[in-house]
Amino acid sequence: MDQILFNIGLLFQFPLVNLKIVIDGLMIGAIFALAAYGLALVWGVMNVKNLAQGDFVIAGGYTSWFLVRTGWLQGLGLSDNAAALIGVPVAIAVMAGIGWICYRLVITRVVERDLFTSLLATFGLAIMMAQIMNLLFGSDTQSLKLEYDTLYFADGLIDVPIAKLIGVCMAAGLAVAVILFMKNSRMGQAIRATSQDSRAARVLGIDTERVYAFTFSLNAAICGAAGAIIVMVWVIQPFYGITYSIRAFVIVTAAGLGNLPGVIAAGLGIGAAEQYGSHVFGIGYQQAIAVLLLLLVLVWKLARQRRQRRVLE
Amino acid sequence: MTMRRLVFYGALLALSLAAPFLFPAFKTQLATLWLMIIVALSWDMTGGQMGYNSLGNIFFYGTGMYVAAVITIAIAHDVGEYTAASGGGIYTWTWGQYFAGLVIGTLGAGFFCAVCAAVIGWITFGLRGPYFAIGTLGVAIAAGELVSNWDWVGGGQGITMPNYPGDFERFKLLIYYLFAALGITLFVFVSWLYSTRFGAAINAIRDDEEKAEAMGIHTLRYKMVTWAMAAVFVGAAGAVSAFQLIHFEPLETAYQTINLGIFMVVCVLLGGKGTLWGPVIGAVMFHAFKEVTWSYFLGWQWIALGALIVVVVVYFQDGLMGYLRQRRPDWFGMRVDAGETP
Repeated sequence: MDQILFNIGLLFQFPLVNLKIVIDGLMIGAIFALAAYGLALVWGVMNVKNLAQGDFVIAGGYTSWFLVRTGWLQGLGLSDNAAALIGVPVAIAVMAGIGWICYRLVITRVVERDLFTSLLATFGLAIMMAQIMNLLFGSDTQSLKLEYDTLYFADGLIDVPIAKLIGVCMAAGLAVAVILFMKNSRMGQAIRATSQDSRAARVLGIDTERVYAFTFSLNAAICGAAGAIIVMVWVIQPFYGITYSIRAFVIVTAAGLGNLPGVIAAGLGIGAAEQYGSHVFGIGYQQAIAVLLLLLVLVWKLARQRRQRRVLE
Repeated sequence: MTMRRLVFYGALLALSLAAPFLFPAFKTQLATLWLMIIVALSWDMTGGQMGYNSLGNIFFYGTGMYVAAVITIAIAHDVGEYTAASGGGIYTWTWGQYFAGLVIGTLGAGFFCAVCAAVIGWITFGLRGPYFAIGTLGVAIAAGELVSNWDWVGGGQGITMPNYPGDFERFKLLIYYLFAALGITLFVFVSWLYSTRFGAAINAIRDDEEKAEAMGIHTLRYKMVTWAMAAVFVGAAGAVSAFQLIHFEPLETAYQTINLGIFMVVCVLLGGKGTLWGPVIGAVMFHAFKEVTWSYFLGWQWIALGALIVVVVVYFQDGLMGYLRQRRPDWFGMRVDAGETP
């Protein structure tokens, strides 16, 4: 208890600490928002609640990590940093393929089924993916140590590694690209039409099966990019997937489907809230805080729903 | 009850009572099988009969473990001091204290879990469909994380129960019969429950909750009571597990969300949701599958299990009982008129 009060006091004594926490939180929050946007897409378009979301992220991270560690790119004369940057598009491509395979084998039979089926089937998928990665890469935490500098502000109190900045910029760029794709391309239009009314879309000649397959691999690709960014700055481990899944669910539940600004805002907010929480209560509570946030969001939604019901009565 | 049925149930009861003597090397295995049957049957009370798919029933298992541990330790010693010493050898229990702990701990775990279920249910039963599953899963994960940060009950190190003060083989036998008694009680209880008006009411909630409410069923009360009844048995089973395992820790053993927490759902789906025998048969099938993969595919067992979950959920969701019901409806007392086209 004293420790918690001391930590809170620290926030008021040194206001700059707040700034550091917020910056850290926003950076990790950007990655959460990316994974959550993929989930919102799949959930909204094909009504599949993908619990394997986090494992796609981790798989993307391992793809990039494996590419850099094998040293093929370095053999061509590239530096580690450049190899890690190339790892992002490679992870996107590989994960799109894996997402397509997952869709063909499992998800396609889940799309039209009840809600619990998709939750449980993707949970099985998540267990399988985590275990396969465990067998392939071992259970140690892995990271790419990149040779970028760190920027210091305010007498070294705030440190911003350039690698993190690059990661955030890539996340933002990717988000913009996906938005433009959804708005302007033919496929993006078909996806949006299917999410509005899949039967009408089918009547109008849209091959919804193809749209579903594309959406799911797009989601996996987005997750893969998030993972490749994570491995540049933070660490990955085969069983870390569930943490990203939980956060994606928190964000989507809070923001609602098909609400991209909401997803981004919720992602950044949860990143910041989590950093504050782990500063005040200690790092051991980080996971618990994320889950409790999910419960709070659910209860809040429930209370709002009850109020609406009362109004209807 | 017909004669044939009576003989069948009698033979089954005799078999389950004699099992540890017939297969003395597998006492722990058989006890675990009963545990699977208990959690599967109690999951089916809400998941199969009431249509509320909880992913967080493991919360009651872990909470039952911790309640039993705290009660047993508190009978003889100070809990905070005991956990701070990480169960060092200087603490002893007399026979009386041990059995008092066993009885009070198991009953207390069941009671405490029922209260928890009522409170959590009051909050979460407004959540429908997948949100209920996600919400209960969140409760279980959060509880595990919070307990692993709670030093008074041992934190992430876990907590150590007293050793059985007698012969170890006797102890295994005792644990087996405790689980068996719990399982048989639960089976008799649910088979009675599903034949009452209460059973009809929760089935009505599963079939159409709005209509059930319009028919005058106080749905929230029924849902809370059903979940609390399931929680009693899961909590008590957790308490017995705590004595069986002697040492346990929060994330991997007590609140083992991805192990037992999912296994119980798969058991029920494998056997057949919403049937009396489905969860029992499913638990036996699943346990056999699990033991075979654990013995012969070591290293790959988790992948095999994940694949099993996917296959069962995607292709075989009605389970064995559902399949039989479709193929041989006459076995279930359903009459099919020949000549009538569906």
